[in-house]
Amino acid sequence: MAEITIGLAGNPNCGKTTLFNELTGSNGYVGNWPGVTVEKKQATWRADRDVTFVDLPGIYSLSPYTPEEVVSRDYIVNERPDAVIDLVDATNLERNLYLTTQLLEAGRPVVVGLNMCDLLKERGDVIDAAALSERLGAPVVEVSALRNTNLDALVSKAVEAGRAGKVQPGARCFSPEVEGALAQIADVVSGSCDANLVRWYSIKVFERDAEAVKALHLSSAQLNKAEQVIKAVEKSRDDDAESIITSDRYDWIAGVMAACVKKAPKKLSMSEKIDKVVTNRILGLPIFVVVMFVVYYIAVSTVGTWGTDWANDGVFGDGWLWNPSDQAAYETATEEYDAGYYGDKIDGFLAAAEADGLDTAGVSDAVAALAEDPEDAEAQAVVSGFVAEAEAAGVVATDVPMHDGDGNFLDANEEVVTRIDADGEPVLADGQELAVIDSVSASDFADAVAAQESAPALDDYASFVPSIPSVIEGWLAAAGASEFVTALVLDGIVAGVGAVLGFIPQMLVLFVMLCFLEDCGYMSRVAFVMDRVFRRFGLSGKSFIPMLISSGCGVPGVMATKTIENEKDRRMTAMLTTMIPCGAKTPIIALVMGVLIGGSDAWWVAPMFYFLGLAAIVVSALMLKKTKMFAGEPAPFVMELPDYHLPTLKSWWLHVWERISAYLKKATTIIFAASVVVWFLLEFGFANWEGGNGAFGFMSLMEGAPEYYTDYSLLAIVGNAVAWIFAPLGADTWQAAAASINALIAKENLVSTFGVIYGIGDATENSVTMWSGFAGMFTDASGILHVGAMCAFVAFNMLDAPCFAAIGTIRKQMDSPKWFWFAIGYQCVFAWCVGLIINQLWELFVLGNFGLWTVVAFVLLAGMIFQIVRPMPKQDEKDEKVLAQLC
Amino acid sequence: MATLKDVKVGESATVTKLTGAGALKRRIMDMGLTKGTRVHVRKVAPLGDPLELTVRGYELSIRKDEAASVEVSDVTRDDR
Repeated sequence: MAEITIGLAGNPNCGKTTLFNELTGSNGYVGNWPGVTVEKKQATWRADRDVTFVDLPGIYSLSPYTPEEVVSRDYIVNERPDAVIDLVDATNLERNLYLTTQLLEAGRPVVVGLNMCDLLKERGDVIDAAALSERLGAPVVEVSALRNTNLDALVSKAVEAGRAGKVQPGARCFSPEVEGALAQIADVVSGSCDANLVRWYSIKVFERDAEAVKALHLSSAQLNKAEQVIKAVEKSRDDDAESIITSDRYDWIAGVMAACVKKAPKKLSMSEKIDKVVTNRILGLPIFVVVMFVVYYIAVSTVGTWGTDWANDGVFGDGWLWNPSDQAAYETATEEYDAGYYGDKIDGFLAAAEADGLDTAGVSDAVAALAEDPEDAEAQAVVSGFVAEAEAAGVVATDVPMHDGDGNFLDANEEVVTRIDADGEPVLADGQELAVIDSVSASDFADAVAAQESAPALDDYASFVPSIPSVIEGWLAAAGASEFVTALVLDGIVAGVGAVLGFIPQMLVLFVMLCFLEDCGYMSRVAFVMDRVFRRFGLSGKSFIPMLISSGCGVPGVMATKTIENEKDRRMTAMLTTMIPCGAKTPIIALVMGVLIGGSDAWWVAPMFYFLGLAAIVVSALMLKKTKMFAGEPAPFVMELPDYHLPTLKSWWLHVWERISAYLKKATTIIFAASVVVWFLLEFGFANWEGGNGAFGFMSLMEGAPEYYTDYSLLAIVGNAVAWIFAPLGADTWQAAAASINALIAKENLVSTFGVIYGIGDATENSVTMWSGFAGMFTDASGILHVGAMCAFVAFNMLDAPCFAAIGTIRKQMDSPKWFWFAIGYQCVFAWCVGLIINQLWELFVLGNFGLWTVVAFVLLAGMIFQIVRPMPKQDEKDEKVLAQLC
Repeated sequence: MATLKDVKVGESATVTKLTGAGALKRRIMDMGLTKGTRVHVRKVAPLGDPLELTVRGYELSIRKDEAASVEVSDVTRDDR
């Protein structure tokens, strides 16, 4: 049989998503309608693959004002699906029928599905479906999308109507005067369009809907004739044409309601009872705070983070233990092992032995080899020989300093010693004492080596599951892959895929909650409660949720913008929400804290960064909403507050799955490609080190490559080439540029890149060596730390384009190259300006330097302030839809 | 002329005219606030704005700014 396409139309909250998922199993294509961020879904019927459903956005009307409505009517009128199913919420019939009357005019066969009839019965209301069908002139089928009743009958009716191809005449819902005018206009337009669409276009001409009428290419004589007819009606009704049409529709519907619906006496419904509490004047805000806290707590601080850690550190890291008791045992063992300070004992003893004139060459390598493989006979021989020798010489190490897990010196109170001198020796404050192991003898050393051999390892436990990289490494080794191929697959490809998949657990947790809030009806109440706050910045109340989520991770944060109805708000929120510091930016914050205040508990530093993020969003929103791209009338906040209802598990899950699979399909390519490119830049370079031959190649395999070969990488070359961009920000080194580029893979890479570049290896953001290394980049020859330059650099990295995962998500969300590049471009330029202003203000007020860039900074600052405070520029009003404009 | 903005919580009124224009006016009408419609002001959001209305048997939320463009008459207090 021939293929058939059916459009699904209906109001928001009428159960259309549930219907679509029930009919198709949500197996189809999810994308956007061309040019807008409105979601387009398309899938085949489970019962018959020849039937394709296109899910139109939930709309209240076919007016020309919102992208959702324009997309829907363009689809029906221009792409001409074989039939349209109009799903109608029976519990809210009056307003739902308003869309129905318009759909009936759009020139396609319409079948009305009367949804939620079960709920209606509970209420005690009765709808006479047969009478309704007669009035509308279209088949009406009673269904329940939630309980999957009668859905096949509904679709069969639509397929039948589609095959027959017979378009209903539509309801004559206007007053006689208007109908007369429409008949006259019909005469004018009838030659210019399809016979089925004469009524549609007559009404559009009457409404002066220029957007729709453009397609007719009417002559100015025709338009003038129509205009006279319209003017006459407007005069006699003392109202404008658009209002007359709308009022007449609702008046007609009121008549239908009276004839077809018997209402039971109204009592307070469950939904109303819930709402009395939830949006209560006094309790509303506290309840909102609690709900948001729960969402944040579960998605960001607990379950979501466990999920992400499991995916990143376990599945794509060192492997993991599926048995929680094994995990607990492993943690206890690790703690005990750490308390032994075996590494410090070994290092301290070796140093003492060397000081006593013993030959320690090769011993530490042997110790390391034993930690890997205790059976290594050669290493055993080296170590035992050394121990015997040291014992004979009577070597005893005294006052060996202890280090914590980050390699920092500890004081007697087990606090980190926060200052070190240029040689890496600890600098103690008055009264502070270094924590030391009093003495380490040769036998202590031997014990420490033995202890290190049996250090707790994950794979000692029965429930160990190896990580994906290690499994693939095994395969590659078995297949005899070269070192280059292994590195490419593991560090390039697997790491790239891991970057994508690592977000899935957290997204899952988040969307389980967000979809519930959305499906049960609380999301509109969020907007209701928060609107007052956000509309000052030109955003809607629903922008709150993406921003809250972004403080954990920008990827789900950007995805969460899907719940914002207004397209401008949606785009702006997707652009700005990643400026909130996410979890991956916290190491950067810790690093700055360490440099500025030695990592002590200064509570105000971290909130400062969140404040910076929030201020950046507010300033950006205020500036952007006055630009051409976002300007225009403020979005009308006229919003339905739907009844609360519990979603079924199935529809809930399908909703969650839809969101996550869309992310997987759309965002992955860019993340993946970008990760591989940066890996390539980092690993390839020219052998220009001492003794190198200057050849280009894969550096880690090249002859004589230094341990930290990044200095010679392509990334360093790129970094050098772009370093001038950062000069006005006070950090014109290639390291700063390279770190910023590398941070695009993941923001925490900013810290590790410095570790690699400055040759401090495993140092973390909590390591004092890292603090001094980082501070060194911003310290001038006289040893004064340039706080302004450092803050500028950090601010730039906080506010610029987010990591590739979030960039990919923004691209998926925008679904338009123009908007995507605008978003990324804006973020980078804005971040640069903020960095410039910070640095130049510091230069001027603290260091007393004045130069060209100082002027630039002041000009930028003044420009920003001007853009914020200036009144909204006048935009071309789109209301003047006089037909004459068309000719 | 009284507007919907002046109607207090718990009161009802009848729409007489919409003074706005363009998208906003159309949106308000599309949601069922047409001439002659009876509207009940149900509550106001915790921060004082927007309003929650009952119109044509469902709940509608609208900002006070927008409510100011809806002229009403026949304001009565009722306990619904």
